[in-house]
Amino acid sequence: MKKFKYSEITPENIYKNRRKFIKNMGLAAGSMFMGQNLITPASANTNKEELKLTDYRYVTTYNNYYEFGTGKSDPVERSQKFKTNPWDVIIDGEVENPITLSMDEILEMFPSEERVYKLRCVEGWSMIIPWLGFPLNKILNKALPTNKAKFVKFISVLDPEQMIGQRFPILDWPYKEGLRIDEAMHDLTILVTGLYGKKLPNQNGAPLRLMVPWKYGFKSSKAIVNIKLVEKMPTSSWMKASPNEYGFYSNVNPRVDHPRWSQSTERVIGGGIISPRIPTTMFNGYGDEVASLYTGMDLRKYF
Amino acid sequence: MKSIFKPGVFTLCLIPFFIITYKIFLNKLGPEPVKEITHFTGEWTLIFICITLSMNPLKRFTNFTFWIKIRRMLGLFVFFYATLHLLTYVVIDYRLDWNQIIDDVVKKKFIFIGFAAWLLLIPLVLTSSQKMIIALKHNWKKLHKLIYIIAIFGSLHFIWLSKTIYFKPLIYLIIIIFLLILRINFKRIISKTR
Repeated sequence: MKKFKYSEITPENIYKNRRKFIKNMGLAAGSMFMGQNLITPASANTNKEELKLTDYRYVTTYNNYYEFGTGKSDPVERSQKFKTNPWDVIIDGEVENPITLSMDEILEMFPSEERVYKLRCVEGWSMIIPWLGFPLNKILNKALPTNKAKFVKFISVLDPEQMIGQRFPILDWPYKEGLRIDEAMHDLTILVTGLYGKKLPNQNGAPLRLMVPWKYGFKSSKAIVNIKLVEKMPTSSWMKASPNEYGFYSNVNPRVDHPRWSQSTERVIGGGIISPRIPTTMFNGYGDEVASLYTGMDLRKYF
Repeated sequence: MKSIFKPGVFTLCLIPFFIITYKIFLNKLGPEPVKEITHFTGEWTLIFICITLSMNPLKRFTNFTFWIKIRRMLGLFVFFYATLHLLTYVVIDYRLDWNQIIDDVVKKKFIFIGFAAWLLLIPLVLTSSQKMIIALKHNWKKLHKLIYIIAIFGSLHFIWLSKTIYFKPLIYLIIIIFLLILRINFKRIISKTR
């Protein structure tokens, strides 16, 4: 079988030209012409500043990845030797067909496409990143979830030998996260294999991470080894660390503050000292696509 | 000797200010420059609080009065860096958006306690002159014990803004508590021996 190559999806020179093109046309127009699944990061009222892609160097040097330390530059400094090959991902739990797939198999079975999403961190900053990935529902459907599968639990790798941060009880290791099944099945929810047309760097959660663009960044687990369909709502590592501050849903919501700091505005990474904060938008700007998942829910209660 | 020391210490105390100015003008602050300036000035405020609080114990251990002579200046540098920190937040970060700032001060305990600490510094600055020391007599000492509360507030301000329990903010609290304990013990020892 032919091995899947990242360069086949987006050759770098085309990628760069396309960037220039998009920059000239504006992201929305660009995606129309390209005929590719490029999703604009936010609704129509976003300004130009917001649509500018975050520099590759910031995307790959400013990370929250506590497995490698709590400093923003710890992940890039400490993850370069992290081994992501061989890597198996188990999809099991409430499924008819539990499967174990190697990363090579995943890359072959599920072609990656580019998705430009905004990442909004719970700390109050955001980046716009061209991810490479595929909808999570594709991999879930292969495992045939049963009708008992109400939630999806994501378990990241546990390897304190390689991950120095896991030697300290900062969080309940391995990192655990969860989604409701309809959130997991939503087309915007992707498993990420790369960014900026390249293989996913270790500090960004290689070889496989989640990206749920309407939720705070910590919901998007890195270095996933097990995707488990479950009946009961899983407790994430952050919920366990501080249940009053980090809820299961953690949807981006400017009207529901973190108990200790405001969520109504955010800083755009790479803007420099003169760029102002911008208002945070409901569901990180993806309300048209996902608001219906939460009709009738009190989002203050289910934060 | 005296004439060399004070300007020397003064210059040393300005080094962090020069560093951050240099970084701002040469654009060396990384992806989140505003946060970097805020954290830098905030942390130096805490460091100066710790240094200022160490002067009294140092005097007792070394029997040099030199430490007490530079204490006022160090204390004023606490206010200097705290004010830079506050201005960064109010002017650079929130662009004088008073609705947002007042909302933060009232609702967010880490901002409230930080702002309270800054306010408490003001009476100390206003009464820092030799004249005021003489005018206030023994009340001056009582008033300036406010620095103990300010120090605790400052370290809590750092702890509460962190996403989870981090090592560094805790270190400041531990150092401050240690410096305060030194005082309690010394007083006891003195009263017992008298």
